[in-house]
Amino acid sequence: MDYNIPDNLKYTREHEWVAVLEDNIISLGVTDYAQDQLEDIVYLDLPDAGLEISAGDAFGSVEAVKAVEDIYTPVSGEIVEINEALEDKPELCNQDPYGEGWLVKIKCSDMSEVDALLSAGEYKELI
Amino acid sequence: MPEPLVFDLSKKGRKGYTLNDLDVPEKNLDELIPSELLRSEPARLPEIGESEAMRHFVRLSNMNHHVDKSLYPLGSCTMKYNPKVNENNAVLPGFTGVHPKQPETSVQGCLEVVYKVENILKEVTGLKGVTSQPAAGSHGEFTGIMLMRKYHEVKGNERNVILIPDSAHGTNPSSVIIAGYSVKEVKSNEKGTIGLEDFRAKLTDDVAGIMITNPNTLGIFECDIAQIADMLHEKDALLYMDGANLNALLGILKPGDLGVDILHINLHKTFSTPHGGGGPGSGPVAVSEKLVDFLPVPAVRKTDHGYNLEYDNPNSIGKIHGFYGNFGILVRALTYMEMLGKRGMRRVSENAILNANYLLSLLKDYYKLEYDSPVMHEFVVSSQWQKEKGIRTLDIAKSLLDFGFHAPTTYFPLIVKEALMIEPTETEAKEVLDCFAEAMKEINEYVDKNPEKLKHAPYNTPVRRLDEVKATKELNVKYKFPEDEE
Repeated sequence: MDYNIPDNLKYTREHEWVAVLEDNIISLGVTDYAQDQLEDIVYLDLPDAGLEISAGDAFGSVEAVKAVEDIYTPVSGEIVEINEALEDKPELCNQDPYGEGWLVKIKCSDMSEVDALLSAGEYKELI
Repeated sequence: MPEPLVFDLSKKGRKGYTLNDLDVPEKNLDELIPSELLRSEPARLPEIGESEAMRHFVRLSNMNHHVDKSLYPLGSCTMKYNPKVNENNAVLPGFTGVHPKQPETSVQGCLEVVYKVENILKEVTGLKGVTSQPAAGSHGEFTGIMLMRKYHEVKGNERNVILIPDSAHGTNPSSVIIAGYSVKEVKSNEKGTIGLEDFRAKLTDDVAGIMITNPNTLGIFECDIAQIADMLHEKDALLYMDGANLNALLGILKPGDLGVDILHINLHKTFSTPHGGGGPGSGPVAVSEKLVDFLPVPAVRKTDHGYNLEYDNPNSIGKIHGFYGNFGILVRALTYMEMLGKRGMRRVSENAILNANYLLSLLKDYYKLEYDSPVMHEFVVSSQWQKEKGIRTLDIAKSLLDFGFHAPTTYFPLIVKEALMIEPTETEAKEVLDCFAEAMKEINEYVDKNPEKLKHAPYNTPVRRLDEVKATKELNVKYKFPEDEE
């Protein structure tokens, strides 16, 4: 099956994508592959903005009809914004995983953690 | 729905009983019950005659799938047949007619049942103390983790993390969080068991213990468990074993001999009491010597003057259930245990293992086996080969319903993609397993022959494929009375 894996994003082994927005702010969401595997996403359990997180932490979860999966952060820092639209329309994660289906924005304390993530090519190898 | 709700069958003033004329002076309700406890308006219960009520519920039970009707191979749930002799004993008037507030001297038989169940569980698990108060497996887990907490508190150990393998039941991390710990995940290795390297790396000084299901949710025995126990005990951490899969071990192996400190047992799985809506459940917890002191009160003790309920234990974690757990379930479990005896219990597990391995041998050419290790009482195959052709595990599960079988557990454990977790249990005959395997093979043939048919299954069930997304997001289970509509 062909998945949409945009070249300009970074990826994690937990099937998340990371986009660098400005300076040290990144946005994070689930990949096309992840949403396809999970199928119908019905609820996102996301923390409030302001939460301090360290790389590797599970900070929320994606609930689909068939399974619930943790969301891990690949970077350390502070969650500065969450996607409020997902509360009413969690299906945005299925419909537009790289656009309107973004999950959180994080202010990174160490941008080298972003550089160390997988490239689109490496992520394609993984799946 | 092909059957109306009982509320829709209701006719005003109709009833299924008649009462004799009162032969004592009538009293108003508020003279008998404090007025603040009385309803201000009627409860709006359905009004229906006995025959119609009977038929309504019989029709519903016919539409339902249950283990009295056909195979129920729901992995990790041990949906074994519930012998009817259990029910005969549970409805004896000496058990059903007692009140929990009766004096102990008048319920000696009931206390003896509790005492015997706990003693047999000690023997089966090789552990030193048992409480049969917890009312479910998850409740047993919570109780077990609270016992772990108490142990570290008393010893002054500062611990805040519990390790859990990535193949664990979802209830494990839930119990850990509710008990105030955080979870650290241990990765499985290529054999489908706990990766020792990862375990060693994660066994830091803040670890209170680990929760291990054995055999694990892949049906594979955790061969390194004794070594894991030693490594934990060196750091004064504890080994919790989730007993959901105890049906594989009866009479063969005692978890206490492996170094297990805490174990919960699901009577509604291993010991044949009703399961899945037929409950209530029962999740006794067994512990090693060093935790016996912390077990919940009251505990049933045998004295020279008979049995009593012992409340006096200052180290106990306290009470975790009203009165003494789900007593009626203990009567059923004791009946099962005593009917089987020691030899019978071993044969239960031997046959459960044999059935699972036989069924796996029939299926593994058609469904992918991710971890090719020997299995115990259940196994996990995957429909990844079918998924490549556009048929999902869900389609396969739904198609099985048309053959008159309940579907296996699907999409669990999470470490296997498109998982189908199958547990036939010991009570199924070879012919039933053959029939199930034939159904699975026929479904596999349809993946090429007529995939559209599978995508729209089931066809023969009272309701077809349900809108699970809508059910999750817009669940509405409140009845709306027609007279309220205006």
